[in-house]
Amino acid sequence: MLNTLRRSFVPAAWLGWQIESNWTDPFLFLVFSVVKPVASVLILVFMYQAVSRAGADAPIYAYIYLGNAFYIYVGAVMAGASYSILDDRERYRSLKYIYIAPVSIPIYLFGRAVARFITGTIAVVITLGAGALFFRVPFNPLTVDWPLFLGALALGIVCLTFMGVLIGTWTMTLRTEPWFVGDAVAAALYLFSGAIFPLTVLPSFLQPIGFALPLTYWLELLRRAVLGPGAAAFPTLAAFSNGQLFGILGGITVVFGLVAFLGYRYFDQVARDNGMIDAQSNF
Amino acid sequence: MSDPQAIRVENLGRVYKIRAVKKGEARERVALTDVNLDVPRGELFGLLGPNGAGKTTLIKILTTLLAPTTGRALVAGYDVARQAPEVRPRINMVSGGESSGYGLLTVRENLWMFGQFYGLDTQTTHARIDALLEIVGLADRAHTKTSDLSTGLRQKMNIVRGFLTDPEVVFLDEPTLGLDVGASRDIRRFVRQWMAERAGRTVLLTTHYMAEADELCDRVAIINAGRVLACDTPANLKRRLQREALFKLETSPLVNGALTTFQTLPGVRKVLHAPHDGFSALDLSLEADSALSGVIGALTAHNASIISLQKREPTLEDVFVDVVGMSMTEAEKHGD
Ligand SMILES: Nc1ncnc2c1ncn2[C@@H]1O[C@H](COP(=O)(O)OP(=O)(O)OP(=O)(O)O)[C@@H](O)[C@H]1O
Ligand SMILES: [Mg+2]
Repeated sequence: MLNTLRRSFVPAAWLGWQIESNWTDPFLFLVFSVVKPVASVLILVFMYQAVSRAGADAPIYAYIYLGNAFYIYVGAVMAGASYSILDDRERYRSLKYIYIAPVSIPIYLFGRAVARFITGTIAVVITLGAGALFFRVPFNPLTVDWPLFLGALALGIVCLTFMGVLIGTWTMTLRTEPWFVGDAVAAALYLFSGAIFPLTVLPSFLQPIGFALPLTYWLELLRRAVLGPGAAAFPTLAAFSNGQLFGILGGITVVFGLVAFLGYRYFDQVARDNGMIDAQSNF
Repeated sequence: MSDPQAIRVENLGRVYKIRAVKKGEARERVALTDVNLDVPRGELFGLLGPNGAGKTTLIKILTTLLAPTTGRALVAGYDVARQAPEVRPRINMVSGGESSGYGLLTVRENLWMFGQFYGLDTQTTHARIDALLEIVGLADRAHTKTSDLSTGLRQKMNIVRGFLTDPEVVFLDEPTLGLDVGASRDIRRFVRQWMAERAGRTVLLTTHYMAEADELCDRVAIINAGRVLACDTPANLKRRLQREALFKLETSPLVNGALTTFQTLPGVRKVLHAPHDGFSALDLSLEADSALSGVIGALTAHNASIISLQKREPTLEDVFVDVVGMSMTEAEKHGD
């Protein structure tokens, strides 16, 4: 058991880092891992300034900026799992050799996520730094509630990885348009996770989706850790204490862990039934 | 747990569902039908068959990559469908004709990583990598990026990956496909040497090269269109044809009409005709030497002159024609 854990996780993390850091050209590395996510946040900043007359002092500004900065992790860690599977299957043609080795695919995906988390963190740090220095985002490292921040970040990343395992093993069963899956899910959840507007903005019949998503509570906790009481400007989750939000996030994470495990068992069987482990998609 | 059989295959079948081009029209393709095989430990077993025969499908089932539709298969004593976690640490696989592996890693890094997946400690891994790279002649390339290797060298690295974990059963799917003569010979020699040094280790190899199966394998199963049609040692398979007399005959160019008359001559089993520039090559399978006189008589009647005539020993190619009813090349055209 412990052996399976070790031999699935350690080489996967090593491999992930080799791939993520294999930018013979550091300029390309910057463009792909940093400039792209940072730019997408900046586009929002400029759109906000063009559309809203409220300015950078309105609470919604920090809300949007931080929500989008941390959402970078969703693309990196959750959607990344799907790319790991496809890279192995179609680009390196190695998935079948990893699959027939005595490793656990979900734990392998956890290992691969480590490097994505690291490059994601670089992008998040740069986005936050740029926000504080140039765009009047009230982010001050000295006033951040670090224990809350790190605790929430860790729990959220674990949950994102569970979601990644689910999407990654689902990707394994797909032959048509699989490259699209990870980003599509990340984009779909974006609307419902309170990244860009509070859930109360959504029509009431759509709000339950947001309340079922771990991302909602995760982003709220991260904002509170960064902004302190200033984060309480929106009523959606104001009634909950930090401890309660943590409890909810933890509970949903456990549920997603279970769903990821059952999903993996199911998708694994489907992939084996249909001979998809070494398939090539028709893209 | 030590099943004396490394591989047991019982009434195995596999059907692929094919997504229809037109809506609602689900189609199926039968890849394997009622396959039965036993491979004892220590054997180098060959599966010989044309394109589309079902070789890869069988290997995928035995290596836990693909679920069987019917029947069952045991590898190292464990059911591949229901006990995959028991099967996996005991096996490994290498497929030919594709370039797999992480191009950005060096040969040694690639191999080390796969050793890690099997829980090998780093010291053992490096010792084995050194020994195996030496045997396949890749020792000086250990620090080369995989993407910089030629097809042949990359396949040699892949072979090393397959044997690195010292598996009980190794599956080689057309390991020399697309390689030049030299690299193919190196790989065959490596497999033979590895088998010789490790009693009780088993290799199942697929190929559509007759000579490879003949030269390498202890026993060979001939597979066509998803069915195993014969299974024995190459010598025994050929011995079954010893009752026939086989001749190679080159004549002045023949029209195809002449052939039909040959086929009806008494004592003539089969005539294969290959027209060449300026002459015709005939491959004759006769019940006995005496039937040759009839053929020569018929040639004279067609005003054809004999350029050369040679009696030959049966090969696996003949065995294939005998059990399948057509040559490997014809079978491949027949497939799809
Ligand atoms: N994923 C798949 N979906 C549908 N049909 C398939 C699939 N894989 C294989 N087949 C079909 O099953 C049959 C057996 O294929 P298989 O790949 O096992 O043959 P093979 O003996 O390995 O041939 P080759 O020498 O070309 O590698 C063929 O008719 C093939 O077209
Ligand atoms: Mg094949």
